[in-house]
Amino acid sequence: MSPYLTMNPFGFPILSTVIFLPLVGVFFILFLRDDNKIKMTAFVAGMLTLLVSLLLFFSFNPGTPLFQFGERLPWIPAYNIYYVLGVDGISIMLIVLTAMISPICVLCSWKAIEKRVKEFMICILLMEAAMIGVFCSLDFILFYVFWEAMLIPMYLLIAVWGGPQKDYASLKFFIYTLFGSVFLLVAIIALYLVNGTFSIPEAMFKGYSFQFQFWVFLAFAIAFAIKVPMFPFHTWLPAAHTEAPTAGSVFLASILLKMGTYGFIRFCLPIVPQASFYFAPFMIVLSVVAIIYGGFVCLSQTDMKKLIAYSSVAHMGFVTLGIFTFTMYGFIGAMLQMLNHGVTTGALFLMVGIIYERTHSRQIYDNAGLGKFLPAYVGFFGLFAVSSFAFPGTNNFVGELYVLISTFSTSKITGFFAVVGAVVAAAYMLRLLKQIVWGREDKRDLTDLNVREFIYLTPLAVFVLWVGLFPSPFVRIMENTLVHLFMQLDKLSH
Amino acid sequence: MTLLPELYMLFFSIFFLFLSLGKKKIALFTAARGLALVGFAVTLACSGARGDLFSGAYQVDFFSQVFKVLLSTGFTLVVFMFEKENEVENLPEFFMFLGFSTLGLMILVSSVELISIVISLEISSFSLYAVVPLRKAQTKRQLEAAMKYLFFGAISTGIMLYGMGYLYGMAHSTYLTDIMAKLPQFLAQPLGVLALILTLTAFFFKLSLFPLHFWAPDIYEGASDATTTFIATIPKIAATALLIRLAMLASFAPAQLATVIIVLAAFSMTLGNLVGLVQKDVKRLLAYSGIAHAGYLMMGLLSFNEEGNAAVVYYITVYLFMNLACFYVVMLLSRGGENVSINDLSGLARRSPLLALTLAVAAFSLAGIPPTGGFTGKFFLFVAAFKAGHLAIVIIAAVNTVISIFYYLNLVRISYSRESEDLQPLYLAFHEKVLCYLFNIIIIYLGLLPFGLIDLFRRAM
Repeated sequence: MSPYLTMNPFGFPILSTVIFLPLVGVFFILFLRDDNKIKMTAFVAGMLTLLVSLLLFFSFNPGTPLFQFGERLPWIPAYNIYYVLGVDGISIMLIVLTAMISPICVLCSWKAIEKRVKEFMICILLMEAAMIGVFCSLDFILFYVFWEAMLIPMYLLIAVWGGPQKDYASLKFFIYTLFGSVFLLVAIIALYLVNGTFSIPEAMFKGYSFQFQFWVFLAFAIAFAIKVPMFPFHTWLPAAHTEAPTAGSVFLASILLKMGTYGFIRFCLPIVPQASFYFAPFMIVLSVVAIIYGGFVCLSQTDMKKLIAYSSVAHMGFVTLGIFTFTMYGFIGAMLQMLNHGVTTGALFLMVGIIYERTHSRQIYDNAGLGKFLPAYVGFFGLFAVSSFAFPGTNNFVGELYVLISTFSTSKITGFFAVVGAVVAAAYMLRLLKQIVWGREDKRDLTDLNVREFIYLTPLAVFVLWVGLFPSPFVRIMENTLVHLFMQLDKLSH
Repeated sequence: MTLLPELYMLFFSIFFLFLSLGKKKIALFTAARGLALVGFAVTLACSGARGDLFSGAYQVDFFSQVFKVLLSTGFTLVVFMFEKENEVENLPEFFMFLGFSTLGLMILVSSVELISIVISLEISSFSLYAVVPLRKAQTKRQLEAAMKYLFFGAISTGIMLYGMGYLYGMAHSTYLTDIMAKLPQFLAQPLGVLALILTLTAFFFKLSLFPLHFWAPDIYEGASDATTTFIATIPKIAATALLIRLAMLASFAPAQLATVIIVLAAFSMTLGNLVGLVQKDVKRLLAYSGIAHAGYLMMGLLSFNEEGNAAVVYYITVYLFMNLACFYVVMLLSRGGENVSINDLSGLARRSPLLALTLAVAAFSLAGIPPTGGFTGKFFLFVAAFKAGHLAIVIIAAVNTVISIFYYLNLVRISYSRESEDLQPLYLAFHEKVLCYLFNIIIIYLGLLPFGLIDLFRRAM
């Protein structure tokens, strides 16, 4: 066994189980005809995956920076490609997040999706399997296969079940992401030719020449920056978010965007550290621009989904900002922000989906003044909205605080601009919240949340408050891995 | 035993020759399918045959047998896919010509001497010239296509013979081994490079590589679906085989030749993909896609080692299945034998989910998206070219992948997300369903589990 990988303590390959359980669900769905049974099967598959991932989470050993629950099988020996899986403190939380979001996506589509339910549920489960696969893979080719395989179901989610401009949005999403990915592939091959292996951990901290690092970083950065999306590459995001069905938006916001930042932490920093230091100022500038630009664009939106989509650009700016400050606080803040944004923004998209099912409009004005009729809805909405602009006591506050501390410790002027961005966030979220709660006086005939909606919103709300008030369990899980990364980077920076 | 696959194909063709003489209508399709299947089994059984025949001009080795199996697979699949009596005139002749053409290609992959190469190539080409006009609908177009194919084919053969003349003049031998052994000497002079390129022209023509690509769109459009399916796939396999054979015999990587290949490959993929973007006819679109794929294939040849050659064989194998899958959808869609335009695909996911899925899998594979075989094949090619130090062509190919996704995705997009008025369900017969599933499974299988096959191909090199 390789030195970076500790074996799987279970008697069965637990990571493969998490990846392939959704696919088992797909297999059963293929033989079903009844829509309700299909939905139930998808939900059960999602819940089983969640259970196994929770088992993974609770048996995870936070005391070591090594990859755990390792599995290693030869895949394409001619090219030294292995089927290697393993999780560390960086990926474990993202896996649990994915497993948590997927059944929620099934639930939120229960009534909203009426046509081609079977194909829809298949797409959701395929997405889940591919996304978990991305976070588990420790082999570049395995990673790349999952990374790209994800595009197809996501494309179909937007192109088949999307809104009026689905053609444009889905195509733009696909081409944009593919454009980034092909450069990732070229960089992967370049690393293979140098290392003779596609193993990800074995490519880390190898001390490549600066010029090599320079180009590999650029290739990585294009792929990941498009996925995040960072400032000049963000234009696919609002289109894709707006046109996607609710489940698609939630997947995009909660998981897909995390892949970009995950890529930065997992690949750019350890594999090409010198180039990362070199490019850090550019990345920080782009992050700050994203935070402020995203915030100001949000101020002028009239479409709820678009507003939340642009707010994602700003929030992800905080994550990249945290990563490229190269401080311990920055890393922890970035990781927390990834989770927080996944939960909060995902939840906000769910809220938009819920009201859209009732009023068939996403315009702020059409959905204004709900405070009197839908108290439970507005309650949840308020919680997620204040969490989104980092109100103390909610999850985003903790994450942003970590990032801001690290930013101020490296550069005061950057910190200042980031704070400005945070204030703008408060402005646009409060504007939205005010409109939704008190914006109109007239009476409308709308029903409040039903049990199904309560069920899937509650865990998200609990998470928001839990991380907001008591984040240490989450920090503890990822701490050792991040400390390890930080120490190794620190050695190189002097 | 060594010549059994070829002899069997000869028997197949002659069988249909006699059928075409008689007046009695017997179950032609059943006969053709049964015989083709037996032929496939025979070829597979003979894959262990070895031998040098005809004073070394004809070499039966693992390499040639692998290609014969591929050719036979393609041929059998085309025979199974083809089933419309109203599409092609003179059915027995049609099968006969396809059989002769495959026979020629089978001989080609074993030929290691210039004269036998020319003869086998011509056996294959002339049968195809005769097949192109055998289309029932649209009289003028197919004649135009047939004329063009004949002219361009004849000219490319002429150019090849011209190049071969120089090769013979310099090497004083018609054997490839002798010629390639003297490669270093005559590559030193410009004439040598020219002679080699001129000789390769006919194979570039078969592959529809730039600058010999211009016939493809017109012929694809003019010939019947079944003919196009054959022309678009099977001869390319044999042409690839010969190019690899030459690359294997070259003892070193000639820099001049590599430069020429890079330029041709780059132009081929860029031109194919850019023009592919604006096509409305699905067969024309696939023609431009084929031009682009010829460019991708060339990348593997750049490395001049077994790894690169194996990558090329792998890619052509994947290409066989994904291309056939695309054409099968086209064939099943046009029950009357007319050409399918992109807009005819609208509502396909409603009319026949299986066909739409097959098209989607094939299109994603052509575009090179994991987990399909197209990705794995392209990945092997990228590694081969990169390893040989040709980063530029890898980046050009990568950018081209992105360009091409636009029109491949268009096929998927229209069949899945556009509704049409004509929502009559398209019923597939049992064997049609089986073929569709087979294509899907093979394409995904080649994508996820390439190890057995790629090792086999490496051993064949």
